[in-house]
Amino acid sequence: MTSANVTQPGAEAAQAYGSSAGGGQVANLGDILERVLDKGIVIAGDIQVNLLDIELLTIKLRLVIASLDTAREVGIDWWERDPWLSSKAFDRAEDGRGLERENQQLRERVKELESGRSSREIPQAGRKSRGS
Amino acid sequence: MAPSGIWVYAIAERVDLTPLAQIRGVGGTQVRTVAAAGLTAVAEDVGLPEFGEEALRRNLEDLDWLETTARAHHGVIDAVAQQGPLVPMRLATVYSGDERIAAVLTERGADFRSALHRISGRMEWGVKAYADRQTEASDDSAVTAGTSGPGGGAGAAYLQRRRNQLSAQKNARRETLASAESIHAELSRYAEETRVHTPQAPQLTGIKAPMILNAAYLLDSGQGEDFAAAVAALADQHPGLRLELTGPWPPYSFAGTGGEGGLT
Repeated sequence: MTSANVTQPGAEAAQAYGSSAGGGQVANLGDILERVLDKGIVIAGDIQVNLLDIELLTIKLRLVIASLDTAREVGIDWWERDPWLSSKAFDRAEDGRGLERENQQLRERVKELESGRSSREIPQAGRKSRGS
Repeated sequence: MAPSGIWVYAIAERVDLTPLAQIRGVGGTQVRTVAAAGLTAVAEDVGLPEFGEEALRRNLEDLDWLETTARAHHGVIDAVAQQGPLVPMRLATVYSGDERIAAVLTERGADFRSALHRISGRMEWGVKAYADRQTEASDDSAVTAGTSGPGGGAGAAYLQRRRNQLSAQKNARRETLASAESIHAELSRYAEETRVHTPQAPQLTGIKAPMILNAAYLLDSGQGEDFAAAVAALADQHPGLRLELTGPWPPYSFAGTGGEGGLT
């Protein structure tokens, strides 16, 4: 079934966000986090917190751990292609080695849990950046 | 009195604080401005016990705190964006004093001004596409039905069936991704600039179907209606996909100065 979720252009931004398809919540947390953590301009503040490289990864890893069972139940294999677990952000991590190890362990654990299931292709659509 | 820092939300040319009087920032207080070099930073004084380096490290690990703070940060940026073009700061950009912010405005003034010029009169719209899992499943069963191993036993038949199933899945996935590509190509025609972001995990979207496209489009203000119509038309053309349109957003994905606007 198809549902296009079309917000009203020209409406107040806050209203427009509210009609997101996620189920009636005000702007989807994922959309907000994606933008305020990942986008937006990065200028060095006096207080140095390397969001992309450290904290976010920890958060994402925690989400993975918390959600493995749930996700398996519904047959979702997003972690296999989750960019947060495989992207360049990882390589940039200051203590990337520790996280990488943790990631590796997670992956192995996922493999164990998933053994017997088909391996799936990694989608490429989301990896390209095309300006116009 | 606890030591304080200054949390910066965004940079614009001019900002009227009057419409922002009711808005509360990440620290729960009103925002103020710091001006220098013809630019204005929208900022808030925040206590270091909550927003200092150590505290931030700790708090950012707390998803509830993160959500509240991210929403407050976005709330201020969104409100300021109603007044005109702005360059949004990434979450947790904190300075020790007004003079430090003024110095950044002065040093990077040309960058900020060119970014402001680029996004002036434009807003960001987001389009996400989710693969409908039912479509994939029915494709699988269609292929599975017509197969039997020629002369082989049950084991061979199973393997053949399994192989067909996997290749059907692969084809379905390839088609799905091709649809995503063509949707993006069509929508890009409306946009001044585009960014393709990495797909979000279901934990963040609350939607179980896998996300196969997560793109941002920088549109002239007048383009929103045509763009929304185009998204609706594309949704009709691609019954196997669910499309979601969000916006208008402040131009988070396009505010980078220089060439690093898109991280993906």
